[in-house]
Amino acid sequence: MATTALPGRNYLEEDATTIGAWLKAWFLTVDHKRIAILYLLSINFFFLLGGLAASVIRVELITPQGDLLSADLYNRAFTLHGIIMVFFFLIPGIPAVLGNFLVPLMIGARDMAFPRLNLFSWYLYMAGGIFALTAAIFGGVDTGWTFYTPFSSTYANSNVILTITGAFIMGFSSITTGVNFIVTIHTMRAPGMTWFRLPLFIWASYATSLIIVLATPVIGITLLLVAIERLWGVGIFDPALGGDPLLFQHLFWFYSHPAVYIMILPGFGVISELIAAFSRKRIFGYEFIAFSSMAIALLGFLVWGHHMFVSGQSVYAGLVFSFLTMLVAIPSAIKVFNWTATLYKGSISYRTPMLYALGFIGLFVIGGLTGIFLGIVAINIHVTDTYFVVAHFHYVMVGGAIMAYLGGIHYWWPKMTGRMYNEVWGGISALIIFVGFNMTFFPQFIVGYLGMPRRYHVYPQEFQVLHVLSSAGATILAIGFIIPIIYLTISLWKGAIAGDNPWDATGLEWEVSSPPPTHNFTTTPVVTREAYDYPPDAAEVDAANWRPGSPL
Amino acid sequence: MQDFPLFPEQASTFAGPVDVLYWTLVGLSLIFGGILPFIILYLMVRYHRSQKVDRTNQLHSSLPLELTWTVIPLVLVLTVFFWGAFLYIDMRTPPDDSLEIYVIGKQWMWHVQHPNGKRENNELHIPIGQPVKLIMTSQDVIHSFYIPDFRVKQDVLPGRYTIMWFEATQPGEYHLFCAEYCGTEHSLMVGRVVALRLADYERWLATPGEIILPDGSVGGAVPALVEAIGDPMELAGGQLFASLGCAGCHRSDGLGIGPNLAGLYASEVRLTDGSLVFADENYLRESILNPGAKIAAGYANVMPSYEGQVSEDQMNQLLAYIKSLADANVE
Repeated sequence: MATTALPGRNYLEEDATTIGAWLKAWFLTVDHKRIAILYLLSINFFFLLGGLAASVIRVELITPQGDLLSADLYNRAFTLHGIIMVFFFLIPGIPAVLGNFLVPLMIGARDMAFPRLNLFSWYLYMAGGIFALTAAIFGGVDTGWTFYTPFSSTYANSNVILTITGAFIMGFSSITTGVNFIVTIHTMRAPGMTWFRLPLFIWASYATSLIIVLATPVIGITLLLVAIERLWGVGIFDPALGGDPLLFQHLFWFYSHPAVYIMILPGFGVISELIAAFSRKRIFGYEFIAFSSMAIALLGFLVWGHHMFVSGQSVYAGLVFSFLTMLVAIPSAIKVFNWTATLYKGSISYRTPMLYALGFIGLFVIGGLTGIFLGIVAINIHVTDTYFVVAHFHYVMVGGAIMAYLGGIHYWWPKMTGRMYNEVWGGISALIIFVGFNMTFFPQFIVGYLGMPRRYHVYPQEFQVLHVLSSAGATILAIGFIIPIIYLTISLWKGAIAGDNPWDATGLEWEVSSPPPTHNFTTTPVVTREAYDYPPDAAEVDAANWRPGSPL
Repeated sequence: MQDFPLFPEQASTFAGPVDVLYWTLVGLSLIFGGILPFIILYLMVRYHRSQKVDRTNQLHSSLPLELTWTVIPLVLVLTVFFWGAFLYIDMRTPPDDSLEIYVIGKQWMWHVQHPNGKRENNELHIPIGQPVKLIMTSQDVIHSFYIPDFRVKQDVLPGRYTIMWFEATQPGEYHLFCAEYCGTEHSLMVGRVVALRLADYERWLATPGEIILPDGSVGGAVPALVEAIGDPMELAGGQLFASLGCAGCHRSDGLGIGPNLAGLYASEVRLTDGSLVFADENYLRESILNPGAKIAAGYANVMPSYEGQVSEDQMNQLLAYIKSLADANVE
């Protein structure tokens, strides 16, 4: 740590000569970029595992009978899918990988405010993951990722405690990352990097961190209470013991609704970066996008009851939560309109990250609009707990968060690794994912409105055609996810050298070498310009320089 | 080619209004979700870097534009909110003349008892053209009673009653699903709702049905029960009221150490702390299982708890009896 960065040296290079030293250099690193790589590998591992569970579910659902799996195994499969994807992929995904890598680089800092805490958060994440995996290996858990009581606390006879412990520990990983981001963004911005010069990814990460720090303790306490009731029979949620089962749902969704924004807000931040870079102009309505993130963070705390419209809460509560849910739609709409307006008079290129960004807008719009359907109680009564909800949140989570994650990975890949990937394959896989995704999840809106309940292992014959369509789409989607793993891996050895700024983008992260040196900046940068300060004629110049044969 | 519907049947009075609201939202979504992608596609092509078009005088922010795309969606979502809100209030307010049917959910079946005592499992027979109110509870975990073709769903909770109502419009058989994940055989906790014309329904009610034991399970061959429909719920409840000793304190002449229960249901009860409580099913249930929780003004906290002594089934019968006292009082 003591040596200053030599010219040409980067954070991936190694002094280590022995395996022990190499292990130490990676597993005890406090470099935010290396920690981001540790997260990248572990989070993608969990993503593949969750995807495997999803594949099993989709194969089972091809026929209306339960022929591949027993009912019990099916329940364990969708629970595993939900827990892995929510707690170990979507929630940490963008903040821990892209956020860890980019926050210090974007604000002109040498590292996070608490580098050791940052490393500790990765160990917490892994510890939580090991608990969850252990639970899966010892037979799994069949409560669904929602752990509804009193089923989870009294009736389920699967590995509830182990799984809850995993999620509980993972929560602390989130909190430490959130605290680290907040302090870093407050205290470590380079001279001249005022709040309104921050890239929008930073605004989004900041809003996300606030939610993480305020909401995650609630789920920790709630899961602890479930464990206490389960282990010692203390009546908290089970009415047979004197508890209240709805109390659990209130506490659970008080975290888990904001958690949706923990997943999607960083995605919004990524998309803002991509749209500006590949339109070659300043983002439209910077302040509105920044403040809409904060508005979402605030309003996101007030709408948890919309998960409980048919749970038995009062009519008044239903109306209030429905009303607030309508309001939370607005900031998201503002973002979409501002991104669209950014395209106007830009010089747009169809590079891989931009394809993901455009795909994100299309899918997120569908996810957001169907959210309004669900926010209206009269319709929610019919479609809640059906495949309509399943389709809706996959449009937001997969169509939104994962598209943004992949877009971000492709955009900053040259910065992280110093190499370019194969753009042809990049474009092809982005299209495959877009098509496969819609084919998987659009039929689920229809089968959901028909009344197909979620978490059904066997189902009436008349829903089969739509399920087959959905499973076929899932196959395409799976291929779309596998292709990037291949060409990105190949690029590590075969990829062209990227150079410092392959996209000609603005932002401090593009001013350092690729991959960045260990300490990011040899001299602390002084910021004198706004975010996305493309010259007024940048788009014109870019278009004028385009020749047949240049990248599209 | 098998049956392959794309839209559910409309078989209750709610189905039409819910679907109109749904299609309105689909229409509005197409304006946003359908047109916006084409605007994006247009901009993508028009301003692609290979296109020689005017890119001068770029705009980076515009308050009028921001206000436009804030206010218009806001007005639209508030409009559909209020539309949906009135429909929702309607869906949650059962008419007074509803036919009351008691439902008990348990892993993994539905048990139904009709006021005349007739029981059924995983089936619900109802008349068309008449509001039906389901008074539902669970013996174990949370379930959810869902009839897609009626567009109604309500979670069924242990330890309390939840209420759902609908009015079927078409005779026929409809899916009945458990919509809240409840354990291993959740997807087998299904059945059918049979909507009958009133005359057919009444004939069905009077016909002895399956052999169903009072605990809700389908019993073996018990010849005596094949013949009997069972006592009407009020009668069974009245017998319980006597055999559990309730009648000793809750005397009908009002001279007991407990309040007279005539006219209690659906009235407002003044408590010792001065507050008023509406005497619905949940209040009656709580007062039987946990009498100390809410004490009626003028009475002492002396009633013992009946927790563990009354099954869900018997509780329903007691409720039916206490409600019948309310009706008697009106006359």
